[in-house]
Amino acid sequence: MKQNLVVLISGIFFGLGLGLSQMINRERVLGFLDVTGVWDPTLLFVLSGAVAVTVIAFRFVLRLPHPFYDNQFHLPMHKDIDKPLVVGAAIFGIGWGIAGYCPGPSITALVLGIWNPVLFVVAMIAGSLIYKWYSKRM
Amino acid sequence: MAEFNWVTALLGGLLIGTSATILLAFNGRVVGISGMVNGAIRFAPGESWRWLFLIGLLIGGALSEYVLASQPTPTSAFAPWAILGGGFLVGFGTRMSNGCTSGHGVCGLGRLSPRSLVAVLTFLSTAVVTVFIVRHILFWPD
Repeated sequence: MKQNLVVLISGIFFGLGLGLSQMINRERVLGFLDVTGVWDPTLLFVLSGAVAVTVIAFRFVLRLPHPFYDNQFHLPMHKDIDKPLVVGAAIFGIGWGIAGYCPGPSITALVLGIWNPVLFVVAMIAGSLIYKWYSKRM
Repeated sequence: MAEFNWVTALLGGLLIGTSATILLAFNGRVVGISGMVNGAIRFAPGESWRWLFLIGLLIGGALSEYVLASQPTPTSAFAPWAILGGGFLVGFGTRMSNGCTSGHGVCGLGRLSPRSLVAVLTFLSTAVVTVFIVRHILFWPD
């Protein structure tokens, strides 16, 4: 129960952060990626602020024997820098550059009541499922 | 669109970093939203907590937009092909690389993960090149 409360609070903070920093406005995001155009540094400050917190806080958190409400950490297991990582990241970046949304902001932007995030989320889920089936067949 | 505001940008970033720290410190999990979505849509019992996170995103977004913001977020033109095409690639690519800007960017860099650093540099590069091509070579309207 308290684990669930933590998840909810964490999500609310994240959504607040994305909204406050205007990351749900795809023009701002595209403005950051448009380095040769009228450059918008917003995303740089958002990411820097976020990573500044995690780089420091994670050092302490990961020294704990286990998280406060669980008996172990559930961290990503992959360690190698392999082809799916690089190719996948490259493809993700292309999609991000075309659409101006990445997963978090697109979901948060659903509250705006416009169609772009809705279509994005649908297409994103489709792409994810297609990869899942494609990778199972390999 | 309003002027660049480094204060709200930084504040937003701090909130995001705090969100990730909370989830890691209490539940031992990394905030990776592509992973949240992929897990949630499996509709399996052990994954139901991910829906709570996604609902939290919506609540936070709504609070920001409808309670705290002094002006509404500007919306851009409806761009179905860019959104659908881009969205598909984002879903495909984030599943393949097991992360996105929150998973690899906020958390992966926070953990000093070399894997995530490579991912971040890669997706930032291709995103920048893509926007350059779309906006300055192909002149696609947004």
